[in-house]
This record gives sequence, C-alpha cells and structure tokens, in this order.
Amino acid sequence: MTYFVCVVGYCSLLGFLTLKTMNEKILEKLSILADAAKYDVSCASSGTTRPAVKGGIGTATGWGICHSFTPDGRCISLFKILLTNHCIYDCAYCTNRRSNDVKRTAFTPQELAELTIAFYQRNYIEGLFLSSGVMRNPDYTMEQMLRVVKLLREAYRFNGYIHMKAIPGASDELIAQAGRYADRMSVNLEIPSEENLKLLAPEKSYSEVFAPMRFIQQGMLESAEERKKFRSAPRFVPAGQSTQLIIGATPDSDRQILTLASALYRRPSFKRVYYSGYIPVNRGDSRLPALAAPPLVRENRLYQADWLMRFYEFKATEIVDESHPDLDLDVDPKMGWALRHPEFFPVDVNSAPYEMILRVPGIGVKSAKLIVVSRRYGRLSIPQLKKIGVVMKRAQYFIVNRELPMQTVNELTPQYVRRQVTQKQKNRAAELLQYAIEWGE
Amino acid sequence: MILFLYDKTFEGLLSCIFFAYARKRFPDMILSDTDQQPLFADERYVVDMDKEKASRVWSSLEKKLSKIARRMMMSVWISGLPETEMLLFRYIRKNIDHPQGVELNFGDVDVLRVKEIAQQVSREAHRLVQFVRFQETADGIWFAPIAPRYNLLPVVVKHFRSRYATQPWILYDTTRNQGLYWDTHAVNEVSFSPADLAALRLGQLEGEKQSDEEQLFQQMWKEYFRSITIRERLNPRLQRQHMPKKYWKYLTELQ
Ligand code: SF4
Repeated sequence: MTYFVCVVGYCSLLGFLTLKTMNEKILEKLSILADAAKYDVSCASSGTTRPAVKGGIGTATGWGICHSFTPDGRCISLFKILLTNHCIYDCAYCTNRRSNDVKRTAFTPQELAELTIAFYQRNYIEGLFLSSGVMRNPDYTMEQMLRVVKLLREAYRFNGYIHMKAIPGASDELIAQAGRYADRMSVNLEIPSEENLKLLAPEKSYSEVFAPMRFIQQGMLESAEERKKFRSAPRFVPAGQSTQLIIGATPDSDRQILTLASALYRRPSFKRVYYSGYIPVNRGDSRLPALAAPPLVRENRLYQADWLMRFYEFKATEIVDESHPDLDLDVDPKMGWALRHPEFFPVDVNSAPYEMILRVPGIGVKSAKLIVVSRRYGRLSIPQLKKIGVVMKRAQYFIVNRELPMQTVNELTPQYVRRQVTQKQKNRAAELLQYAIEWGE
Repeated sequence: MILFLYDKTFEGLLSCIFFAYARKRFPDMILSDTDQQPLFADERYVVDMDKEKASRVWSSLEKKLSKIARRMMMSVWISGLPETEMLLFRYIRKNIDHPQGVELNFGDVDVLRVKEIAQQVSREAHRLVQFVRFQETADGIWFAPIAPRYNLLPVVVKHFRSRYATQPWILYDTTRNQGLYWDTHAVNEVSFSPADLAALRLGQLEGEKQSDEEQLFQQMWKEYFRSITIRERLNPRLQRQHMPKKYWKYLTELQ
C-alpha cells in the first residue's frame, strides 16, 4: 500500500516537473511575442455574428467585447500575439526588424492553439489576433499561421473570433485559405505615403500591400454573392478588413492621412482604419524623428475625424483642406469645422433636419436621434435638451431657441467662441489624454 | 396620499395598474410588506396579484409599445431601484392614456428615466460579460464568482450557455448568494453554505480545489497582461474609466 502511494507520488512529481520546465519556456515565448505584438493597435472583435455550433466552443456576438484594459487604457479583446518575431525585413519603425539585437523565438502552432483555447475557456478573450514577423519568406510564414487557425477551427472546433494578418507577398492561394477561417483580415499600410514607406522600409511597397487588400475584398464580394444563392456557401472574412497607419514617424500631413483613409472607406470591405501614434522603439535611426512622447493628442484628433467620416456624414475635404492641412490640436475637428463655417449656424433643433442637427458641436448621434423623434410630441426646451444629452457648454453657440438670447457664433464671432471652448479645455489639459477612442457619444 | 401594497412581483405591479383603472384610484406610493411603511396614508389598498388581470394589462401594452420599450421596462424591473414601482406605474399610465403611446417622447422625464435605467442595467450586464473570469476546479467545473450591482444572472445566462456549451460552469453571485450551474445540458440554481461562501468571496479558489493547470494558465495570462502594456503610454485613469475598480477583485490579471 505504502509502495503504491509512493509510486503515484513519484509519477505525479515527475509529471509536474516536466510540465514546469515546459511552461517556463512557453511563458518566455509569451512574454517576448506579446511584447513584440503590442504596437499593433487594432483589437476590435466586432463585425460578425457566429452562433454556437454543436460540440464546439465559442460564439461571436457582433459587437466587440473588451475583456480587460491594460494600464495604458487600451482594450484587450483578442489575444494579440505574434507567431514569431524572427523577421527577414528591416523596417525602420519596427522592433522586430532584422538589424535589431533582440531575443528571437517562435511558437509552434500547437502551443499557440492550446494557449488560445485555455484563455478563451477562462473568458479572458474573444478570440485570437494572429500576426507574425516574416520567417524565411512570406509563403512559409503564412502557411505556419494557417496551421494555427486550422488547428483551432478544426481540431478544437473553436468558433470564436479570429483576426489574421495577411503577409504581403504571400500567394493568393494561401490568403484565400486563410480567409475561410478568419473573421477579419488586415494588411497594415503603416506609413501614410508611398515615398516615406520607401524611405523607411525599402523592401516594401504600396503595391505589395494593396494586392492582398484587393484580393481579400474580391473574396468577400464573391462569397457574399455565392451565399445569396446558396446559404451553405462558405463565408470569407465576414467581418471585413482593416489597416493601421503610424502617425508622426513621417512628415505626412493629416490631410494626406485622412484622404487615404476616406479612399479606403469607400471600398466595400473596409471596416476600420487604425491610427497609431509613433513610439520611438529604435533610437538612433536618423530617418526617424526623436520624439519625447508619442503624439497622443494628434492620434486622438485623427480618431475623432475618422469618427466624423464614418458616422457624421463628413467628407475628408470638409475636415482638412489645402489651407488647413493639419487638424487643430486645441479643438476637436467637429468644432473646428463649425468655427470655420459660422454661416451654417444657428440651427433650430426643433425644426432642422437630422443631418443639420448632427453638425452642431455638443450634439452626438444618439442625442440627434432622440431630438428628432421627441420633438414630434412638442417643442423641446433647453432643460429637456440637456437631459437628452446635449452638451450646452458647446452647443449654446450654434443653436437657436426661444429661451436663449441670440448669442450665437455669428454675434460673438468664431474667435471669441474658440477662446471660450479652448479655455475650458485648457483647464482640463490633463484630461485631453483621457479621451476614449470611441468618442462623441 | 394613496398607498398601494403589492407582493413585489412584476405581475403584482401589473395588477396594480388594473386595480387603479378599475377603481379610478391612482397611487402616490407602491410598496410591499417588506418595505418601510409610511406613518400616514389617506387611503391604503392591498392589491392582490392576479395573473389573469396582469396578462390583460401586458397584452394591451404589447399592442402599443415596441419590443424595445417592453424590454426597457423589464430592465427597470430588474434594477430593483427604490423608484422602480412608481416609475413603471407612471410610464405605463402615460402610455395607456396617450392614443399612440409615448415611448419616443424623450422630452418626458419618465420616458427618459426608463431609458437611462435600462441603459445602466445593460451596461452592467455587458460588464459582466466582459469581466467574468472562470477558474477550472479539480472536478472539471469552470467556476466564476461575480458581484454585480443588479440581479443579472438571468440576463447573461444565455450568452454563457451558448458560448461555453461544452464546458460545465457555475456563475456565482456572491452578494446575493445564488448561482447558476450549467451541466452542459441544463441550467440549475445552486447556493453555497455560509462557510463556503466566505471563502468564495475572496475570489481565488484554494490550491487543492483548482485543476492542475489552473495556476499555470493564470500565470500565463498575468504575464500576457504585463507584456502587452505599452509603457510609453501609461494612462491608469483611462483604464479605470473603462474598467472601474469595483470589478477588480475577481479579475485574475489584477490579483
Ligand atoms: S516586416 Fe513586419 S515584422 Fe518585419 S520588420 Fe517589417 S514591420 Fe517588422
């Protein structure tokens, strides 16, 4: 009897030891490859709904779920990780470039699939965001990534969200396969103009990035067509594609950035453009600026401008133009537009059409909708508007109402209003950094 | 002042509506036995719950109100806030009295308040879905302690049931001492003894109750959380804004 217990004790001790050394190795990989993945800002798990499948694990809800927030205030929705930080390229702005002396490692597809499932089972994540440095060549890398998602979808019957990077230069065939497993795919443009990309990443080109983007779009549109005819036709990247632009690493203006973004949004497959304030990861490269801090305010203004284009029916040319190529850092772009266009105001919210109400600073999409449905029951007063969510501190200069004296932007002048709204903001200078990315609501 | 006493069920509240219209007496206060009673009331009515009458009131609301409005009413009910009864009473009454209903008149304080509370409840339910953390126990059950402000177990059960259909789990509300157990076939109610509950409130399962791998994966998750943070952009205020401190006690990564 004693003997028996001893043997069992011994076995489990041995088992424990191998488990322990194995896990220390994985822990180290995890730490290196998460650290190397963290500068990619896209994280959303939105855009598609996957009901549960019998015998499988996971669902996708259609709206993004953030499962945690790191001390930098960013959302963790997907398990964002690199398969490897080995890379044959040498992009100036990237920690993984081949000329950097950093510790290199790679997950095996099995390890990464297991970790994803273990995290998912604990409700830590919505799914996987798989990216990678380029090992050997683009096709080899894409193949390895495909193995991970195949394991997940087929062996583990994982039905949660998967976002996959398409590696520029990988063959269409591999991207076509990936598109059947992934909910979203992305290719990062990174640098907002071709000439600056050439300067910082001589081995890359816009055409190499645009090629997989076009291919993904074509696959999506074809699959949507197919599915109209046959419900059972396979889905292809149902949540669309996204890309990321690095802000402040190059002298590209906001006008260039927003023009590029709005051109991308005109493509039917494009869901999000992410803006990532440049963090100087590689010091001492003369091609890059030596920034003291990442340009967070500018990044935030770009997200606001992006939001205006997607939800407020603004055109890029209304937000920035030849005489104003860069966003005003002191006021948000909607206020900026209003101050440049006093002739548009004042707006009478009790009678103006929805699109005009939406242009008033201090009135968001939700409040504008509530105003339009509620005014049918009778005129809305100032206290009612406040309750509905209108920020009067900002809106007061742009609306008319019986209860307000006529003190709009036209009587007071744009310069005066600008001083008023920026003064209030200066007092909250620290708060400027606290803006959530999903601004305006 | 007119006081109604009811049995604190939703049908009971609908019965109050029926009663009020039948008797033409409209309450200033609706309370149940367990509430603190006012010292003085001009008229005091005990309204019995009547399923038949309640369903007549409900079906007349179904004709007038959209599904969204009805769902918002249920959210207000779930909130259990002290203003619940009178707010719902006034809301229903305004909708009955207005020929087309008033659900879109957000200039009305009660209509707006119903929407506000419904939003609070759904935000809290969303946070539950975000911040629940399961731990695998030695007997292979996935256990998650929760402490939401409202009684939200019935609201979120569907989400977890379909997402984790193949793994047996327990969601346990440590403030209300009630839980739901999904055994991969059905959901049942469970509750723990006071001694167990005291241990559960701490959030972390004791070592021997955890599965072999649990500690390791918790450690991996903490390592991931640490590594994915960009130190050049630290912004703890923004972190707390999205993930208020009151949720931290059951978050593995913050232990
Ligand atoms: S290809 Fe990607 S991983 Fe490699 S150096 Fe360039 S940006 Fe970094």
